[in-house]
Amino acid sequence: MAPIIPVLELRDVEKSFGPIDVLHEISLKVHEGEVLCLLGDNGAGKSTLIKILAGVHKPTSGTILMDGKPVEFDRPRDAADRGIATLHQFGGTFPLMSIGRSFFVGVEPQKKWGPFTVFDRKKANEIAVKAVRDFGITRIDDGDRLVGGLSGGERQSIAIARAVYFGARVLILDEPTAALGVKQAAHVLRIVNETKQRGLAVIFITHQVMHALAVGDHFAVLIRGAVAADFRKGDKTREEITDLMAGGESMADLEAELEGYAQNQEERPPSLGHT
Amino acid sequence: MSTTTKDKRSAARMLGRLVRRAETGSFLGMVVVYIFFAALGGRVFLGAPGFSSWLNTAAEVGIVALAVGLLIIAGELDLSVGSVIPASSLTVAIVSSHYGAPEIIGILAGLVVGLMVGFVNGFLVTRTSIPSLIVTIGTMFGVMGLTLGFTVLIAGSTGVFIVPDPVTKALLGQFVGGMFQVTMFWWAAFIVIVFYLLHVSPYGNWIYALGGDRESARNAGIPTRKLTIGLFMLSGFAAAFVGVGQVLTYQSAQVLTGQAFIFNSIMCVVIGGVLLTGGAGSVIGIVLGTLTFSIVNQGIFFSGLDPNIGSVIIGALLLIAVLSNDSFRKTALSFAAKKAP
Repeated sequence: MAPIIPVLELRDVEKSFGPIDVLHEISLKVHEGEVLCLLGDNGAGKSTLIKILAGVHKPTSGTILMDGKPVEFDRPRDAADRGIATLHQFGGTFPLMSIGRSFFVGVEPQKKWGPFTVFDRKKANEIAVKAVRDFGITRIDDGDRLVGGLSGGERQSIAIARAVYFGARVLILDEPTAALGVKQAAHVLRIVNETKQRGLAVIFITHQVMHALAVGDHFAVLIRGAVAADFRKGDKTREEITDLMAGGESMADLEAELEGYAQNQEERPPSLGHT
Repeated sequence: MSTTTKDKRSAARMLGRLVRRAETGSFLGMVVVYIFFAALGGRVFLGAPGFSSWLNTAAEVGIVALAVGLLIIAGELDLSVGSVIPASSLTVAIVSSHYGAPEIIGILAGLVVGLMVGFVNGFLVTRTSIPSLIVTIGTMFGVMGLTLGFTVLIAGSTGVFIVPDPVTKALLGQFVGGMFQVTMFWWAAFIVIVFYLLHVSPYGNWIYALGGDRESARNAGIPTRKLTIGLFMLSGFAAAFVGVGQVLTYQSAQVLTGQAFIFNSIMCVVIGGVLLTGGAGSVIGIVLGTLTFSIVNQGIFFSGLDPNIGSVIIGALLLIAVLSNDSFRKTALSFAAKKAP
């Protein structure tokens, strides 16, 4: 089971920009080998929370603890140095760089050639390709390929493999499946699971409840900057979670309302996405 | 899988990669342009006079284009090179001729002027949110005004003459064989250095990352500010170097030379397949672009065509280059999708 001390913990974290309060008393914990799913509608404060964890913003009050000890991040680098890796929706941010090159941006493997320092392309490619293949992405076998030529799921996979390779302990995934098709999303979810098995703590931000339920051990729903619900796997059904995310407004009511609307119309009813 | 099929596949992959490189387009463009002017210009263009004339042009604009190319790959522009060239020329002439200081002092002073302008550019670009296009237009006019003002104030005219001593002249301003400017050897040296920087050393990765996404590059631990300032200083230095070469070659420095370098250097870089928005490009491409540009620029005088046609050709080349850069980039990015499983 999960150890008693969480890798990362937020205690009563609040954030306001001037007079606007964005986050209220956020308390969350994530343990090694556990996936915490952060659910919330647009504008619920998810992005601000991620930025606090990534060291972009400092909380107005409250504390961040790692391994039970309070920490402060003055800049993104500080969070990264402590093993917090934040990955954004589109994975690789350097579409025109090769897999090997982008994998090692900022930490290039070097070798000496006489008095000259040389970027060790071969080694970079080998390590990058191996790291990705270890996650089961066997389609990638050439480190010289451009990142931009890969599918969205593959890019996410490389980004995750990169974070794991460089010793991340906490992986923050910001809507990794939002822009992906069903198959690609399943791909990424499998990798999230694999990451968890390797003992990393994962914070998975999404508004797709199905994706969250597929990998999550622990769920938190954010509504208007506050944690509206905090529960473990199996405690709530998909419908209950969806209702929570919609701000307490029952999805079932909404569906009924829309169906009533459809019956009054001559045209085809608006299709309802059952996500 | 047997070794031969593996070899075949990797050979096919190499070929595929070669065809998909933006430089291939630049190379083809250069060959076409050369054949065109060779056909019109005939033996004179194909002989030493033709070669020397476009190589001389290529060497001067090429040194600036290499440094400006690195900046463009890193996602920045530098228009101030146009006034750094006369500023450094005049600095050399004023320090060494007007005041009679040793030439080495004048040359160093000229180069320092370039480094300083580069530093100011880099500093302003990294500390403010003003785009480098605007910053360097500002410094271009600033430097131009200061150059004009100080030259008139000190020398009493807008041009200063200098008679360089034989050693400096031989190193920086000689015509080898009466035709080939010594600058082209310096260009070769610049090519080697910039090639090492971009393609061999780890810094190249930083430059590509910087042009790809500044924010992510910073988060990856790259000292983006220092790197940007360094690249601006390199382009200032390259422009100043060309200015020094010019004053020693032509033995006079005028305030209003060098403006042509602003757009010419950018054109060389873009014709060479560098993406104007940053993140992609190569030294070989920049060199090919420079050669193409110079062949058109000089070939027109051998062809018997109206010189204005030359400008039209260069303009058309630029548009074709930008369009093909775009499609090359697209094919490069779609490489993955077509590969066999």
